[in-house]
Amino acid sequence: MLIAASVAILIVMGMAIIRAVVGPTLYDRILAVNMFGTKTVLLIALLGFVMGRPEFLDIAIVYALINFISVIAVLHFSDSIYFKHDTQDKKTVKKEE
Amino acid sequence: MDTVISVASLLCLLLGSFLCLSGGVGILRFPDFYTRMHAVGVTDTLASAMILMGLMLQGAEANVVIKLIIILLMTLFINPTASYALAKAAMYSGLKPLLNMQKSKRG
Repeated sequence: MLIAASVAILIVMGMAIIRAVVGPTLYDRILAVNMFGTKTVLLIALLGFVMGRPEFLDIAIVYALINFISVIAVLHFSDSIYFKHDTQDKKTVKKEE
Repeated sequence: MDTVISVASLLCLLLGSFLCLSGGVGILRFPDFYTRMHAVGVTDTLASAMILMGLMLQGAEANVVIKLIIILLMTLFINPTASYALAKAAMYSGLKPLLNMQKSKRG
């Protein structure tokens, strides 16, 4: 059962990568990366149990913190003026024009 | 007693995997950024909680269970905060929600 859950999480991580590559706006990509990080934490915890080494949970804790810091940092950077014109969908830009 | 605990752990892991997969399908198939964020934000917290609870039921030592509880609490605090910050940044940058589904052919 642990291995089945790991495989399910790996499939979901693949879906998140697809959305991060396809995603039309910048925020879709950030959302996909955030989801990828959360699923990575779960995968590390599950793999620790699969291999019988629960010390992996320390790495999972550190990874959760790094994921949060990176998402907040990218969001702060995206508030700067250089991002203003890149963030919008091409459709909405056309509508506003 | 052991069988009860293992069956409960199996059910938690199954439900968590199902919720993870539904979140993955949601992030691929929803038409808009905000609806995608709904799919991810709703399923992330409950799926993580279910999988971590399934692992907690299998953990033998108190050490492991305490670490899992720490991970669960951090997930429950961090994910809504990140979702809120993401929605606020997207809204301030002028990304409009998709309001009328019939006008758009995407979906």
